[in-house]
Amino acid sequence: MKISFTINGTAQSIEIADENTPLLWVVRDILDLKGTKFGCGKAACGACTLHVGGEAVRSCSYAIKFVEGKEVTTIEGLGNEQNPHPVQQAWIEEVVPQCGYCQPGFMMATAALLNKVPNPTDEEIDQNIINVCRCATYYRMRKAIHKAAELQAVMNASTETQTS
Amino acid sequence: MSKKRTSRRKFLVRGTLGTVGVLAVGTYLFRNPIRRVIAGAVDSGETPYLGDTSSPIIWFEVTEDNRIVLYSPKVEMGQGTFTSLAQMAADELEVSIEQIKVVHATTASGNMDSFATGGSTSVSSLWVPLRELAATMREMLKNKAADKMELPSEQLTIENGVVSGDGKTMTYAEVAQNVSEWEVPDIPDLKDMKSYRYIGKPIPRLDLKDKVFGAPIFGMDATLPDMLYGAVVRSSAIGAKYIDADISKAEAMPGVIKIIKEPDFVGVVANSLIEAENAKDAIEVNWKVERDWQTADIEAMIAVGQGEPFVIQEEGDAESLLNEEERIIVQEYKSPIGAHAQIEPNGALAHVESNKATIYMSTQVVKITRDEIAERLDFEKDKVNIVPTFLGGGFGRRLHTPNAIQAAVMSKIVGKPVKCFFTRKEEFQNDTFRPPTHHVLKAKLTESGMIAAIEHNVSSGDVAFGSPMLPAIAAPILGADLGAWRGGMIQYGAIPNFRTISWRVTLPFATSWWRSLGLLANTFAIESFVDELAIAAEKNPAEFRLAQIQDDTRGFRLKEVIKAVVEKSGYTDEVIDGRAMGFAASTDANTPCAQVVEVSISNKEIKVHRVTCAMDPGIAVNPDQVRAQCEGAIIMGMSAALFEKMNVEDGQLTPTIYGPYQMALMKHAPKEIDVVLLQNDDKPGAVGEPPLGPIGAAVANAVFRLTGQRLREMPLKLA
Repeated sequence: MKISFTINGTAQSIEIADENTPLLWVVRDILDLKGTKFGCGKAACGACTLHVGGEAVRSCSYAIKFVEGKEVTTIEGLGNEQNPHPVQQAWIEEVVPQCGYCQPGFMMATAALLNKVPNPTDEEIDQNIINVCRCATYYRMRKAIHKAAELQAVMNASTETQTS
Repeated sequence: MSKKRTSRRKFLVRGTLGTVGVLAVGTYLFRNPIRRVIAGAVDSGETPYLGDTSSPIIWFEVTEDNRIVLYSPKVEMGQGTFTSLAQMAADELEVSIEQIKVVHATTASGNMDSFATGGSTSVSSLWVPLRELAATMREMLKNKAADKMELPSEQLTIENGVVSGDGKTMTYAEVAQNVSEWEVPDIPDLKDMKSYRYIGKPIPRLDLKDKVFGAPIFGMDATLPDMLYGAVVRSSAIGAKYIDADISKAEAMPGVIKIIKEPDFVGVVANSLIEAENAKDAIEVNWKVERDWQTADIEAMIAVGQGEPFVIQEEGDAESLLNEEERIIVQEYKSPIGAHAQIEPNGALAHVESNKATIYMSTQVVKITRDEIAERLDFEKDKVNIVPTFLGGGFGRRLHTPNAIQAAVMSKIVGKPVKCFFTRKEEFQNDTFRPPTHHVLKAKLTESGMIAAIEHNVSSGDVAFGSPMLPAIAAPILGADLGAWRGGMIQYGAIPNFRTISWRVTLPFATSWWRSLGLLANTFAIESFVDELAIAAEKNPAEFRLAQIQDDTRGFRLKEVIKAVVEKSGYTDEVIDGRAMGFAASTDANTPCAQVVEVSISNKEIKVHRVTCAMDPGIAVNPDQVRAQCEGAIIMGMSAALFEKMNVEDGQLTPTIYGPYQMALMKHAPKEIDVVLLQNDDKPGAVGEPPLGPIGAAVANAVFRLTGQRLREMPLKLA
């Protein structure tokens, strides 16, 4: 069957035999975007987290049929070196990654959290950021999440100033 | 730059186990000299680089845009090794850090380490050879520039890869252009530490941007045109032997290219990963399973007294003193089976052609994997090239790579590249686990409350003996498993009588290296017990230890980290506002580390609020990344101490997924981690593993002060 959706701002149509194919494998193996990672295949670790319609989704357990007509954003579309997302900028400033494998999932989960809760408390971070990092970079990640909230607030303030 | 080289002579030749610099307290009871040397090398942290240092030409390449490519003989598992190596190379090469690009060497490129990446040895083992090679390369470029510029070499200066003299300049790229032969000079003197621009500075990781913007740098990200997907059937049962398989259903599944039946495994190659996995599930395998193992069986096997004993450390006469009756204290401690649970599963992309094979993969044993694949394919070793990728976590899990052999076999059969990975369940059930341990500690106190004698019996499944780095002959030569006793020796050398006995048990499932090897369990046992002794002696736990450390360099360094952590944490035995502190210390591979934790309890859950860590790794090439290693190791160690445990149920290892295999998450991580770095050695030592040592005991010791409950089994659970 044919599925049409937007990925990182670009319209995309794919032909797929099994509509229950997890979104993760479409993103990684058909669209060749490797930033979204496989960790467990059971939505238990969060390495595959990306955004569907702005919401954080664990794509290893999310059937492709559900993205019809929706906007998908992966780490590659969150920001880039020239124009990093505040979460990515904060991750760089706090030098968070060690092995780095789980980090895109954490950054996508954080970006989605900041959309809903622009300035999360430690408790809100604990409740919402529930991915697994085996290098256990949690200490720096917490600092980076708070910093990302600050960077995003500054960015939003300057955008408002420009538009007003 | 041409790869051709003329060496006037071989130089910088290393590659055998060197002399032992620092001996542990006590005596190694290894009569065989090989045992003594290896035991000493492991304990002193002076494991050498085992590779080719005959010429810088195989290590460095000058690019046209005047950058230097450094081929790393060690893989980047996440410890920031590439960045530290770049700092070391840049300082001696006289280039800026921005001009250095670090890539993995391949087995075809000459300088790959023959041993492995692991054991916290990457930076320490390359500290001398890499700087010497970089300095030699700098002199080679300078001498060649002198020829081309027609100036005496002494008149030239170098800055940021640009050679200047007599008003003329030449970049390294220009110098290297059209050079086909290099003369390799004698090793120049290394620079003075004070003149280094990068070594000792918190340089941001070189791989930061790749990792933040999602670059395809991991083994699982590798792709090739016409690539197919493989899947191998793996048994859930411990000790299962493959007998035969019915492949009729699987053959008819959509997308299947070929079912692969080999003498030792059955697998499938298909057009997509999902199709490969579906077809794999349709293969009906006949396994031979001898026995349905249970946790109780394993616990009975691992008890001290069951395995083969080996005295690894002895001073004085602990044995007879501990047979007395007065002031004797005996306790037992346990640690469970631990899974590596690294997030990137094991796997490989293999491309086998008629006369050569190329394998892209995350592995800690690059050359060993090359040799194993060459043997299986019946290829000459130089026809197999392993191209290492960044590792999505190592922790010792990637020291075993039969999966790469399977991918290569499948690729050879279908004549196309085949990518094949473990599922998560397969990872959990076919891991090379951290073995469970059982410890019996016995001590006699003096009338004044000092330790008169102490004995540590540790029983463990294999660690180093379970890994492919040691040939099969190593076990009979070494006797005791050097991984199992890591961290197991008594580090308080002023105690007059002490000994350590390592009991070797071979378990029915694979056990091997898990970050820090035996250190985590051994330190948990010893430092919990020493804490119990301090309490019995009514002494402050830090002062109790300080009074029993010997007066030598190693003792001095241990005392300094203990004093530093006490001062920084404000350690007290008092419970304040529902929080108590716990103290513990360890020395791993000659890196001493002491930690103080602050815990509270709510709803029977142990909450760690703050950790203070003082560590002396010698020279911290990149202090920010040393801190990062401490932070990560502390939380990973906490995760093992508080939550992690594999069970053996009806012949299977369980659980098979994150969650049920409980690990530390964001909510468990301490909000405060203070790291104090000391430098009482003139070279870099081990970093990635030593800070995992004290944390388990520190938490247990804090819990005792808070609740009066002494928890002697990991994971720590309150009654």
